[in-house]
Amino acid sequence: MFDDFFIRALVAGIGVAIVTGPLGCFVIWRRLSYFGDTLSHSALLGVTLAYSMEFNIAFSVFIISSLIALTLIQLQKRTNLPGDALLGLLAHSSLAVGLVVIGFLSFIRFDIMGLLFGDILAVTVNDLLIIWIGGALILLVLKLIWRPLFASTVNYELAEAEGLNPDRAKAIFTILMAAIIAISIKMVGLLLITGMLIIPAAMARNISSSPQKMVIYSIIGGLLSVILGLFSSLEFNTASGPSIIAASLFLFILSLLNIKQSIKLKN
Amino acid sequence: MRDNQNTLVKLNEAGFRVNNKWLVRGVSLKVEKGKIVTLIGPNGSGKSTTAKIALGIYKKIDGSVERSTDKIGYVPQKISIDWTLPLRVYDFMVLTENLNEKTIDEALSLTGVTHLKSKNLGDLSGGEFQRVLLARAISKKPELLVLDEPVQGVDFTGEIALYELIKKISDELNCGILLISHDLHTVMSATDHVVCLNGHVCCSGSPIDVAKNNEYKALFGEQASQILSRYEHKHDHVHTSEGEIKKN
Repeated sequence: MFDDFFIRALVAGIGVAIVTGPLGCFVIWRRLSYFGDTLSHSALLGVTLAYSMEFNIAFSVFIISSLIALTLIQLQKRTNLPGDALLGLLAHSSLAVGLVVIGFLSFIRFDIMGLLFGDILAVTVNDLLIIWIGGALILLVLKLIWRPLFASTVNYELAEAEGLNPDRAKAIFTILMAAIIAISIKMVGLLLITGMLIIPAAMARNISSSPQKMVIYSIIGGLLSVILGLFSSLEFNTASGPSIIAASLFLFILSLLNIKQSIKLKN
Repeated sequence: MRDNQNTLVKLNEAGFRVNNKWLVRGVSLKVEKGKIVTLIGPNGSGKSTTAKIALGIYKKIDGSVERSTDKIGYVPQKISIDWTLPLRVYDFMVLTENLNEKTIDEALSLTGVTHLKSKNLGDLSGGEFQRVLLARAISKKPELLVLDEPVQGVDFTGEIALYELIKKISDELNCGILLISHDLHTVMSATDHVVCLNGHVCCSGSPIDVAKNNEYKALFGEQASQILSRYEHKHDHVHTSEGEIKKN
């Protein structure tokens, strides 16, 4: 059943969307869009290291992104630079170093476009295993830290005062972000992973009245984006990442129409 | 201070500073089961800081804090909720602990806001929000309640009713309460022990004693204590902006 590349891509995309749905909600709630960008830019370095050392890509990206996240936390503690400057510093320097390393690896054939924007032809059965097992683990851990993470997202001091240990939840969530980037890089490409995290969640915010609903709509939005995007990618021979993100943008615009309608109804 | 098993939280010479500026220091107090301890003092006197030391939100402190319970309900003074989160009153009630519908309804009806249960938190007025905050803190039947100006923005009659409710909760649940208020007279009847802060402990004791105290008068003006007593003596020190105490 997984012989056909398109079926593999579809199964991979569905796995990714189920995990990016809830994580994306937290990215929006905690204002982590640029943090996601930084981690995904640093993923290039992880990919190049994987190629040069013949290592598993997802694993290597996970390690490098986690290291970058830890570096960021240390820099925040030790310097007086604002958070966005540190994010920019890490994002662009790790991207640059990654590209420089690619330059040295001229003996390896590189599909740089596939790397940046995703390539459905490249999804193997092995990748499917990584996405579904990794994804299940991410969701399981997220479920375990849900209460402290959510409570501290609403109000840090309340969570801390009532004994929920928000710092630990935050650290674990950071690792989960690195993990989702690692497992979705082949599908969406490293430049567009943050889009996959935030656009379906943003769409969901427009039409939901409670956090649970937002998570569910975000997953549904992600699934529709993947299915729509992949079919159009096949039809028009476009890269998979941009097609999926364009589809999610389309859904986001539809959700804006919904807002306009409900405002009209109120008046 | 004598210790016993009724002590829920105890501060020993506790202090907290940011960038070498003391927000509060040298605070010793304890909250026992069934007792209400009130912190009063002017703006910037370290009331909220003291509460956060007691709660363990501030960790790098001078002195020490001993807590013997982790069943805590907290009403912070300021709460900024980000409206990128769709959050109903119901979702807020179960934020830190799972509660059944009955418990939630009971708590909301105690503070008179049952009708707001499915409303979006962002649509509440200041007073309504304050009542929801208080309902959330008491709904989990805590052993220790820390209430930082819990009735701000509530209308005058509501204010008195809520203080009566706080007193009732303390009796019924036998929980200890650390209450922060800027007005001693409204909380007078509901308080067992008052600590008057101004960067350090200015004076403490029963509400009547504190109202009589000269330092309290110096802080709040003669008017504040007039209804109680004409008792007076000389104020023997001044407070500098660094939080030092200088004898006259």
